[in-house]
Amino acid sequence: MSSRVQLVETALPFDVDRIREDFPILREKVHGKPLVYLDNAATTQKPRAVLDALMDYYSHYNANVHRAVHLLSTRATEGCDRVREKVCRFLNAASTNEIIFTRGATDSLNLVAYTYGRQNIRAGDEVLVSGLEHHSNIVPWQMLCLEKGAHLRVVQIDDRGLIPLDEFENALNERTRVVALAHVSNALGTVNPLAEMIEMVHRLGAVVVVDGAQAVPHMPVDVGALDADFYAFSGHKLFGPTGIGVLYGKEALLETMPPFEGGGEMIRSVTFEKTEYNVLPYKFEAGTPDIAGIIGLGAAIDYVSGLGLTRVAEYESELLDHATDAISRLKGVEIIGTAPHKASVISFIIDGVHPHDVGTILDREGIAVRTGHHCAQPVMDRFQIAATTRASFAFYNTTSEVDSLVAGIHKVQEFFS
Amino acid sequence: MADLNDLYQEIILDHSKRPRNRVALEQPTHSAEGYNPLCGDRVTVQLKMENGRVAAVGFQGVGCAISTASASLMTDAIKGKTAEEAESTFEKFHSLLTKELPAVTDLGKLAVFSGVREYPMRVKCATLAWHTLRAALRSENQPVSTE
Repeated sequence: MSSRVQLVETALPFDVDRIREDFPILREKVHGKPLVYLDNAATTQKPRAVLDALMDYYSHYNANVHRAVHLLSTRATEGCDRVREKVCRFLNAASTNEIIFTRGATDSLNLVAYTYGRQNIRAGDEVLVSGLEHHSNIVPWQMLCLEKGAHLRVVQIDDRGLIPLDEFENALNERTRVVALAHVSNALGTVNPLAEMIEMVHRLGAVVVVDGAQAVPHMPVDVGALDADFYAFSGHKLFGPTGIGVLYGKEALLETMPPFEGGGEMIRSVTFEKTEYNVLPYKFEAGTPDIAGIIGLGAAIDYVSGLGLTRVAEYESELLDHATDAISRLKGVEIIGTAPHKASVISFIIDGVHPHDVGTILDREGIAVRTGHHCAQPVMDRFQIAATTRASFAFYNTTSEVDSLVAGIHKVQEFFS
Repeated sequence: MADLNDLYQEIILDHSKRPRNRVALEQPTHSAEGYNPLCGDRVTVQLKMENGRVAAVGFQGVGCAISTASASLMTDAIKGKTAEEAESTFEKFHSLLTKELPAVTDLGKLAVFSGVREYPMRVKCATLAWHTLRAALRSENQPVSTE
């Protein structure tokens, strides 16, 4: 299977029409119009391979894992183990002990805050977050700082939506314990120069917790090369099911951390006097995992790996250029977030029209976009706006869909003129 | 775009572009701030109650066309009403937006919002100002904070 996909990858150009056939939902009509799905930063659509994997699991080998000696349990357990190996290779982690299954990126980030954070942050310490963060990489740290009497420090973004590296470096000091950073901004699309930033943090001895939710669907990620201490992502933004996510953590760090939740699976032995915790990665996986979600995530990783994320990144970069060019030509439309290196996200505002009204009118044209603050209110505050309209693209989007968006924006402007 | 016109009726577009009573009152007796976490919109409603009736009402804030027009039309609709009458109007208005067959006929201009029923995600936009009004009316003559 993988050798066949490899062949396709090297032999053919990026055939978006053929790729679209793999996604049943893309044939849907919305208000009688073909669906133009441009809300991929919120969640992505699922290829048939993922849907089939879920159906196959529930139809043929649904059983609990690590529990029983019967055949179905063995198959389910092996299925989950194989996906852990896949994720390990996908991120270029050193060992499957470093791959923890969670409910999603938010759960992963909370896990780090509640275990590593609680263990290592004391009164007077600092946690540094960037002005680009999604609420899920702000609030857990804010809660932790409140609990510990630590200080939540912020490095603000500039007018283009970039974190100035000199300011970032200046914000670090010997009290910094944790730096919480998005790899890619969900609201603006900015791609942070992560390797360089992580090196700066490591020089001062702090750890970096990366929110990679918006990065893994768009580019190859190598946690080893980045030297990230923790890296979180969600399955549903990577064309997999909802309810499953991953936390990567360096084994040496994970070993020293206390468990997050207590329960089955995370224990080796339990008496009323004492519980001995399980080894990595199970120490952090209390309770029955989202087995179907794990199986579906494995199918999603196979699917995107088959396409090749380098080619995906190239294709999406062309799509983004096309969209940026078209939208920036429109009178009365301003793009928010103009970093030179962006993932395929365009946030914009239209003079005199609230994003909610933009969203409703585009919806009637079959175009799904996100409108609002994108769970990144500090980003909106930075630009002194309440909300934006955000079009976020995936590899199954086309230039003609971008053109539909542009035509939709014209309709919005006519309607409210 | 006929169905869009059901939502964005002329009166709504007019009030969204030229909102009435978008002013800060000098000496309000009641005030409240409303917030719609879905879109981040904020609205402040201020009232001046005299002899148990709404003598003056103003709102501030920037929102979508639906929420701005709703706030504007609300201020027109409740002038001269008692607190009970205003709350009862809100109840009827709410049924208009959410119920299958609203048996509501005496809403006057507010009836232009009936199209919102087809857009469940927008009901909160249309009711934000009204929820804020109710909070203000129930604020028991508290000293006013513009917060």
